[in-house]
Amino acid sequence: MRNILLLALKSLRNRKFTVCLTIISIGLSVALLLGVERIRTESRNSFTNTISGADLVVGARSGPIQLLLYSVFRIGYATNNISWESYQEISAFQDVSWVIPISLGDSHRGYRVMGTERNYFNHFSYSSEQKLQFATGVPFNDLYEAVLGSEVARKLGYGLGKSIVLSHGAGEISLIEHDDKPFTVVGILSPTGTPVDQTIHVSLESIEAIHIGWQGGVPQAGARISADQVRRLKLKPTSITAFLIKLDSPIATFKVQRAINEYREEPLTAILPGVALQQLWQLIGIAENALMAVSAFVVVVGLFGMLTTLMTSLNERRREMAILRSVGARPAHVFSLIIGEAVLVTASGIAFGIILLYGLLLMAQPLLISHFGLHINISFFSSYELLLIGIILIAGVVAGLVPGWKIYRYSLNDGMTIKT
Amino acid sequence: MQDQTALKSTNSLSSNIGTEPVIDLTGLCFSYSEKASPILEIDRFQVHSGEMLFIMGPSGSGKSTLLSIITGILLPQQGEVKILGQSFSQLSGPARDRFRADNIGYIFQMFNLIPYLSVVENVILPCQFSSSRKKRTGNHSSSIRHEALRLLTHLNLQDPGLLSQPVVELSVGQQQRVAAARALIGHPKLVIADEPTSSLDTEHRESFLRLLFDECLKSGATLIFVSHDTTLASLFSRVIELKKINMAPGASGGGKT
Ligand SMILES: Nc1ncnc2c1ncn2[C@@H]1O[C@H](COP(=O)(O)OP(=O)(O)OP(=O)(O)O)[C@@H](O)[C@H]1O
Ligand SMILES: [Mg+2]
Repeated sequence: MRNILLLALKSLRNRKFTVCLTIISIGLSVALLLGVERIRTESRNSFTNTISGADLVVGARSGPIQLLLYSVFRIGYATNNISWESYQEISAFQDVSWVIPISLGDSHRGYRVMGTERNYFNHFSYSSEQKLQFATGVPFNDLYEAVLGSEVARKLGYGLGKSIVLSHGAGEISLIEHDDKPFTVVGILSPTGTPVDQTIHVSLESIEAIHIGWQGGVPQAGARISADQVRRLKLKPTSITAFLIKLDSPIATFKVQRAINEYREEPLTAILPGVALQQLWQLIGIAENALMAVSAFVVVVGLFGMLTTLMTSLNERRREMAILRSVGARPAHVFSLIIGEAVLVTASGIAFGIILLYGLLLMAQPLLISHFGLHINISFFSSYELLLIGIILIAGVVAGLVPGWKIYRYSLNDGMTIKT
Repeated sequence: MQDQTALKSTNSLSSNIGTEPVIDLTGLCFSYSEKASPILEIDRFQVHSGEMLFIMGPSGSGKSTLLSIITGILLPQQGEVKILGQSFSQLSGPARDRFRADNIGYIFQMFNLIPYLSVVENVILPCQFSSSRKKRTGNHSSSIRHEALRLLTHLNLQDPGLLSQPVVELSVGQQQRVAAARALIGHPKLVIADEPTSSLDTEHRESFLRLLFDECLKSGATLIFVSHDTTLASLFSRVIELKKINMAPGASGGGKT
């Protein structure tokens, strides 16, 4: 059997060019299929890891997925705010352990600014109950202090003490800058692999301070109030975008959720982040499945390419098989020579595809983080991926069965008479 | 033509007395499918050890078919095929394949070589499928290679430049000599050649045959040579016309050339 594999190898080497093309096409299809699968699971992991610890997310009345996206993942925008009074009232509900307010709407060079309270740094957790860590510095304390996510600091090259100016709105190029009230970086968080890394954290009062004298999203002419004047005003926030709730016991979750959804003063929505994520997956699942199906078809096309090259070479190889038979090869040998070639080509294609996949993942990892906030773990294969690889290999063997069987029949019937 | 007599004398019948025939066919009947009329019907056909046998017959008369039966690739519907005392009807397919690998060297009409193997790799191919032929060449890859080179040298293929060439670039005559070396390696008891000279010119035909005879004599192999080219017949110790032993009415070979 080793001899036959060696023969198969030499025969393939003799047809280097077509074999290489076949291997490349199978490799590309394998990389595509595994890549789609990898992005799918990794993006799910990344999303799932983004929030843990909070039982409910509350925002102005909207769809649960939209609320989840803008409050936790910083994707999209809130349609409405929550009044400070409602926030305070709900915080005082029975069963509530802690709340974290979130106020969004400003940015700095494309990174979103989030107003919150100091307890955010104690309570917020991601992945499996991991708390935020400071790489350097401390939480904000003063009105004009900011804490940077690790990616912000790294990408922009900011360190402690750096003075930054926030912009109104969330675009990369902002129209209006809050340049009269610069902030000082006092802390930088350790990497989390979540949107926290792309966020600039300031206090709720800071958000209020930079917008003082503004009306309808633009500064009022002649109403500019200097940074020091604001400091003396002892500002209180008037509204926030959303907030996270942790309950004393998860048993109360549905009760509190209902109470918030039926809140009289203001139309609000409370969601369970896990449930909303599930809804999101269902929504995305259709597109994902379509993508997987297309990738699977591409693999099938790649294997058909191999089948075609094996089949077209078959007639000219009848002579080769008769020679092998004359020196004592069994029909089974001849059969396994073809199967061996199919297996070698498929396996090489898979190997090439895997190398390609990891190369691309290594290249894509920083891009996905900076452009989509998507953290991709470069890990070993999951059992599902191994299953996919196994199926592709078996499909390769099955593709080899067709020409293998044909040549087997030939070798039984041709005998020593070779048709040319 | 002097060696013609020399060959005949080495092949005296006295050396065969008491030994079993190399090939012994009795009551043989073969057709490619059940519906088709038989191509071969042979009552009795024997070849003795050390013979240099020439089987003559026009194209389509069933020469290659007969060789397929002798090598155990095809099984007759009726009759007994006994090669070197071994009855094929008692052997399974793989056992016949092993028997062929161990005992028979085969040369085709044309295109004898596997295109993706080197000259030497082509020659030592039978040793990959037969441990006894491997053993007879010394069992070591170095000694097998040595034996291949020795055979090639005998067949006037010693030029190292030639040996490193891709086999498809060799001339037809050179390819046939490589094929002869492959048929002879590991001293098979039976060497079968199916019109190996039909693509060579007269001069090369004779020199090729002479080399083949020489090597078969040296290793004590029995040679069966099949051709429609009657001019070669005089070189052999025995000549048989296929139609003389084949009683099948269908296989006249008529109409084909
Ligand atoms: N695999 C096969 N299936 C069916 N019929 C076959 C097969 N091989 C050969 N035949 C038929 O058997 C007959 C004998 O063929 P064979 O090849 O044995 O002739 P041959 O004497 O070797 O001819 P040539 O000198 O041209 O090689 C022919 O009529 C041919 O059509
Ligand atoms: Mg023939």
